[in-house]
Amino acid sequence: MMETLLLSRIQFAANISFHILFPTITIALGWVLLYFRLRYNRSGEARWMEAYGFWVKVFALSFAMGVVSGITMSFQFGTNWPGFMEIVGNIAGPLLAYEVMTAFFLEAVFLGIMLFGFSKVPRWLHTTATALVAFGTTMSTFWIIVLNSWMHTPQGFEMIDGVAHATDWWAIIFNPSMPYRFFHMMLASFLTVSFLIAGVSAFRWLIGGRTQGVRAALTTSLWVAALLIPVQIFVGDMHGLNTKEYQPAKVAAMEGVWETERGAPLLLFALPDDEARENHYELGIPGLASFILTHEWDGEVKGLNEFVAEDGTPLHPRVAPVFWSFRVMVGTGVLMLLVSWASVALMLRRKSDGEGRRGVEGLPKIWLFGLVGMTFSGWLATLAGWYTTEIGRQPWLVQGVMTTKEAVADVPAPMVLSTLIAYLVVYAILLGAYITVIFYLARKASRGEPVMEPRRAPEATAKSIPAE
Amino acid sequence: MDLFGDPAQWLPFTFAGLMGLSILIYVILDGYDLGVGVLFPFADDAEKDRMIASIGPFWDANETWLVLAVGLLLVAFPAAHGEILTALYLPVAIMLIGLIMRGVAFEFRAKAPAPYKPLWNNVFFTGSLLTSLAQGFMLGMYVMGLDYTWGHFAFALLTSVFLTVGYSFIGATWVIYKTDEHLQRKAIGWAKGGIWGLVLGIAAISLATPYVSPRIFDKWFSFPQILLLAPLPIVSGALVLALWTMLRRMPFLNDRMSWLPFATASALWTLAYSGMAYSFYPYVVPDKMTIYESASAPESLWIILLGTCIVLPTIAAYTFLAYYIFRGKATELRYD
Ligand code: HDD
Ligand code: HEM
Ligand code: HEM
Repeated sequence: MMETLLLSRIQFAANISFHILFPTITIALGWVLLYFRLRYNRSGEARWMEAYGFWVKVFALSFAMGVVSGITMSFQFGTNWPGFMEIVGNIAGPLLAYEVMTAFFLEAVFLGIMLFGFSKVPRWLHTTATALVAFGTTMSTFWIIVLNSWMHTPQGFEMIDGVAHATDWWAIIFNPSMPYRFFHMMLASFLTVSFLIAGVSAFRWLIGGRTQGVRAALTTSLWVAALLIPVQIFVGDMHGLNTKEYQPAKVAAMEGVWETERGAPLLLFALPDDEARENHYELGIPGLASFILTHEWDGEVKGLNEFVAEDGTPLHPRVAPVFWSFRVMVGTGVLMLLVSWASVALMLRRKSDGEGRRGVEGLPKIWLFGLVGMTFSGWLATLAGWYTTEIGRQPWLVQGVMTTKEAVADVPAPMVLSTLIAYLVVYAILLGAYITVIFYLARKASRGEPVMEPRRAPEATAKSIPAE
Repeated sequence: MDLFGDPAQWLPFTFAGLMGLSILIYVILDGYDLGVGVLFPFADDAEKDRMIASIGPFWDANETWLVLAVGLLLVAFPAAHGEILTALYLPVAIMLIGLIMRGVAFEFRAKAPAPYKPLWNNVFFTGSLLTSLAQGFMLGMYVMGLDYTWGHFAFALLTSVFLTVGYSFIGATWVIYKTDEHLQRKAIGWAKGGIWGLVLGIAAISLATPYVSPRIFDKWFSFPQILLLAPLPIVSGALVLALWTMLRRMPFLNDRMSWLPFATASALWTLAYSGMAYSFYPYVVPDKMTIYESASAPESLWIILLGTCIVLPTIAAYTFLAYYIFRGKATELRYD
């Protein structure tokens, strides 16, 4: 049984980690495409259509990956976690149902029109379809985040015979951690997409595809990143304060604090040891953790030792993974801040003759390589953030209501192992293919092959590209 | 709340109906696009592109009906949901991997470098085949009451082949509708072959169901019911006959009524499916758990039903819009 639990957890983590990669892209990319589309509608400038034409392909590919891995997710509950639905199904069920009904169908149907309807429907309808797809992905995010947040900060229900029954839907939907998690996730998606666009555009620029469309995409994405990252850090901080109130054990693990203390240091490095219940090789900035969490230099931070049962079993998550994933996320965030602000500063420098700004030409070659290196930094931060959140909730599945162990199915362990291996193999191959194809498309576009120019626009030539 | 009588009675019934409906819509809609994938090896490269084009704007929405169906099972009958899906653990996993393969191959085959296209075509075919086989297997196991014996296993293998042939049949009728000339004539040939899979499949399940469950036997063969049920096999037989004759004469002059085989095939599926639904009602887990025993709390079903009443018609409306926009013969898929 224990082994089945462990394997099912690994399998769930693998599946959701794979799934989340693609929604993180589609959620924001939908809106970015709408922006390109609207800029084109207003100005008629070909560069916006060129940007649209390239990124809509990445969108289509990401969307397909998101859909198929999402279908896997919805079966997981039944195959591996039947207890989840039996105990909290009355609450989780309607939320999932609303996601399917208000979001999935909307996206799926209008995606067809958005991708293949350009020359079949009037311009306004195509723009509307693009807007509806973007709206649909945002609705998906909303509902699934509502459910996930409810699992962290449950309210608005009562337990009758061990089964949760809803008493107040408003309280369930607007549970205390939902707003923070929703905005933090939306921003994470926009940042992921900005760095993706910046990285791929920098790559195209480097290999010689210096078109107006690439220039437009590169500048737009760097500006978006520079504007949003401070907001993200601010929201992340608020999120942490909220977590401190509702899940203090998680925060203690994130900060690596064992004993409740005043003036706790912000640990930059430490090796938390769950056996010895202490940190090795601590390196920290005195008082900063207290300051961040309580906004007072000698504020009190609860330590992990407060969350131990009478008999010594810990009621907090394993510390090291939470501690480290949190640092990976925040570290990536800080790097994003530095890179995006410096990029904007470089682009805003005046040209040597003093006429206007340097724009993309202001970015040195080595800097562009750096941007290429950051292409998937959003994925890293997002995964790290989710690992902090989800592992930090253990041993609870629904905080204070049910543990992960109560939900697991008694499927034989070898069966779970076999499917786990199969999924991992498929995911590894697909991830490789996905990244390869994106860069292949970038190379192909840089050779000037397909440049999307609308067939029906009067000023455009008759050249057009197939849906590749 | 009690406007229509006891909600603990009619709510589960309504949800069973909704779930049944979305499964039916799923097997018809995804049935045709899975079928198109299964038929892939019989087509040459240009024809493959055309076949893909015929399902391109639709396949994603078609699969969403599966998500809705399993979603409704999960939300309305949580206990049954766990029971069924853990019993079908491996076939479900195989189906999911199949769905992943075909879904991504659809995109990759057009975007990857040209030399890899045949590879992704194969992935698309294999994924479609695995999905169909797994679904047929699950159907067979479900009919057999979800317990594993060698006999049941063998029967499920049989239904998996029949369902796959059935899907390729409905896929072929879709290709007849969406294409013309050489490919259309080819598809008529495929449909003529595939129809037998469908007939055998329906027959096998109809014979096996009462054989496995005495309860269902009584439900079919006791007196007034048998009279009420008689039209089902008779109409089905007539439809098969009609399909056979029309396929022999197709293509009709000026390609008139090329939609007819697809429509008739859909009607046939609907009939077979209603027969099954009748047999199993009121059970969701055959002979173990009824819809009433496993239903969620009424207040949760209410809140979903409320949304469904508004949302389902909207979904229907924009689905029609999409089919209207992409009506007529399939043309090359373009993003512009
Ligand atoms: C691009 C992605 C990204 C970036 C740059 C950041 N985060 Fe984040 N973070 C996420 C992406 C993310 C996430 C993956 O989206 C999570 C997981 C759950 C959630 O809502 O957001 C998350 C969770 C998360 C949590 C856990 C909340 C909980 O208890 O559930 C905290 C406290 C923070 N973040 C704080 C920060 C801070 C202080 C950042 C400053 C640099 C930061 N995040 C940057
Ligand atoms: C919003 C929807 C989500 C829901 C409903 C959800 C639900 C769950 C469930 C049921 C578990 C228990 C199984 C287990 O312990 O492994 C779990 C754990 C986990 N989830 Fe989530 N999750 C969601 C989002 C995410 C995302 C987006 C990620 C990461 C990318 C993630 C990462 C994990 C990880 C790593 C675990 C394992 C924790 C552990 O076992 O220590 N989750 N989640
Ligand atoms: C356990 C949790 C989850 C389940 C059961 C699930 C289920 C699904 C399913 C079935 C789809 C395909 C929809 C279609 O057919 O069109 C999907 C897509 C999507 N999911 Fe998830 N999902 C989960 C977690 C998440 C999380 C954590 C996020 C983001 C925060 C997310 C955001 C999306 C979005 C935006 C889409 C549509 C866009 C795309 O396919 O890329 N999901 N999900």
